[in-house]
Amino acid sequence: MSLSIEVPQQLSLPVDRRVQARRLTVILIALLAATSLLSLASGATGTSLWGALADLVAGRELSRLDRIVLFDIRLPRLCLGILVGASLAVSGAVMQGLFRNPLADPGIVGVSAGAGLAAISAIVLGALLPPVLRDQVGNYLVPVSAFFGGWGSTLILYRVSTRRGQTSVATMLLAGIALGALAGALSGILVYIADDNQLRDLTFWGMGSLAGATWTKVLAATPIVLAALAVTPFIARGLNGLALGEAAAGHIGIPVQTVKNTSILTVAAATGAAVAVSGGIGFIGIVVPHLLRLATSPDHHSLLPNAALLGASLLLAADLIARVIIAPAELPIGIVTAVLGAPVFLWILLKRHGAISL
Amino acid sequence: MQAFDIEVDFGNSRILHGVDFTAKPGEITAIVGPNGSGKTTLLRAMTGEIPHSGKVLLNEENVAGMKPWQLAAIRGVQPQTTNIAFPFTVFEIVRLGLSTVLSAAERDLPLRALEKVDLSGFGNRMYQDLSGGEQQRVQLARVLTQIWQPVIDGMPRWLILDEPVASLDIGHQFTVMDLTRDFAARGGGVVTVMHDLNLTAMFADKVVLMQRGQIAAQGSPKEVLTEANLALTYGCPLPVNTVPHDGTPFLLPQARPAQPI
Repeated sequence: MSLSIEVPQQLSLPVDRRVQARRLTVILIALLAATSLLSLASGATGTSLWGALADLVAGRELSRLDRIVLFDIRLPRLCLGILVGASLAVSGAVMQGLFRNPLADPGIVGVSAGAGLAAISAIVLGALLPPVLRDQVGNYLVPVSAFFGGWGSTLILYRVSTRRGQTSVATMLLAGIALGALAGALSGILVYIADDNQLRDLTFWGMGSLAGATWTKVLAATPIVLAALAVTPFIARGLNGLALGEAAAGHIGIPVQTVKNTSILTVAAATGAAVAVSGGIGFIGIVVPHLLRLATSPDHHSLLPNAALLGASLLLAADLIARVIIAPAELPIGIVTAVLGAPVFLWILLKRHGAISL
Repeated sequence: MQAFDIEVDFGNSRILHGVDFTAKPGEITAIVGPNGSGKTTLLRAMTGEIPHSGKVLLNEENVAGMKPWQLAAIRGVQPQTTNIAFPFTVFEIVRLGLSTVLSAAERDLPLRALEKVDLSGFGNRMYQDLSGGEQQRVQLARVLTQIWQPVIDGMPRWLILDEPVASLDIGHQFTVMDLTRDFAARGGGVVTVMHDLNLTAMFADKVVLMQRGQIAAQGSPKEVLTEANLALTYGCPLPVNTVPHDGTPFLLPQARPAQPI
């Protein structure tokens, strides 16, 4: 008997998902513009963005209240939301690329907790600095400390969980729990010794909120976040190569150590800046890159800029929900991102059932 | 490609004991030996993946002084297995073999490489969804994309493979071995770790037989794959015959009679 099996011909030319990703970038820019306008237009007071715009166009003077609401409350909050959302999403994407794992996220593996500890230390112990020095470093003390806290914890995490170029997910998650617990305990001690004024700062900061947005915070965070974002195009090819493993990445000509160091600094800078100005806001860093990988491709050339755009939009949307859902009071935004993000995280785990080998 | 006095330690135990290794361009050099004899360790030491002492030369240049991109331009390395955490397509993985500076002619290399490993039409498939053997061929296509021309500017390029046919069916074992032979015939150098001694005898120009971290024998397949050498290294009787028309050795292993335990 002769064998004859009809084999369907697969003659599809590869789809270049880079084109789809560029289209998505355009859509995400439009989305960010829309959420930004909505964010400026909404709030507890009756100030109307459209009314104010009409006034400006007609050359009329804005009322003092409108000016304060728009320019000193909503606009800095909008800018901070964009900076924080972009930072969280990009640091998640970079960290996942570095660890070759879609579950690595600064919030989950203790990097945010490390940055938080450093920020709390800066708030509480900063008071011990001589006044001259305090005036000099002033606004930058908290974000810069948070950066070093994030950097230190990422470095510890990477050292502990990587052996011969292979990162163990189990070790990474466990080390993250240990780091988070340690940072939490030390933060607790600092809160205990803080005075009343500092306590108010800490409570406000710890809730994870954009409510304390000021131009000072925006100005302090902007250079750090922009520096982190500016680096990302240069590590995109390296992170793609790292998907093959460190050794194979080296064999295709990638300077692995440089890419790793740059990635760790980028994560630390972006996470540190975000944590310093907004406290702990979770899940943006894990949900955004995951959605984008599903929508187009894991190619970091498009993933990183798209993550910045979608992260900013999502955070603005979450902030909007936080502001309006129990208006005139507002929810800490961390609660909103957790309520929306945690189920998505569980869904990712469910979809990968068994695919994560610890 | 030459290596001198390569020594590798894992913890307190020495895995490689001062190995000297030579491979010539235009030839397939196969490293064979039983499990744990140090084949893969030697390959990984020579490609700089693990800490080692000794010196490795590629086209007479010490690799220790070369930058990753300089090495990548003349040497492609295929690992045994590659797991990828993210949903990359086959085409995206193969494209990683391209350098950042592209000439127009280089742009179709990924497609041509996929055709060579018999995976045309697989470009849009998710790498993670492929079988182990298909993934192995995708990785080979990626390496071929990287060093498509076996000779560049008069310098040979090197194809370094770690058990390239380990999870392939017999048809594709020949596809891959033919590819390596073609690469060598056009002037490139091939160094490969092999388990299948018959394929080794058929395709290799030089065989390096390893045992306990040292080279037990090296030379042509006919010189190395002898019953005496194999019994000594593999610890079981392996009758060696020769193919009548060209004298290539071949093994037809026999099961030992069952013995009460």
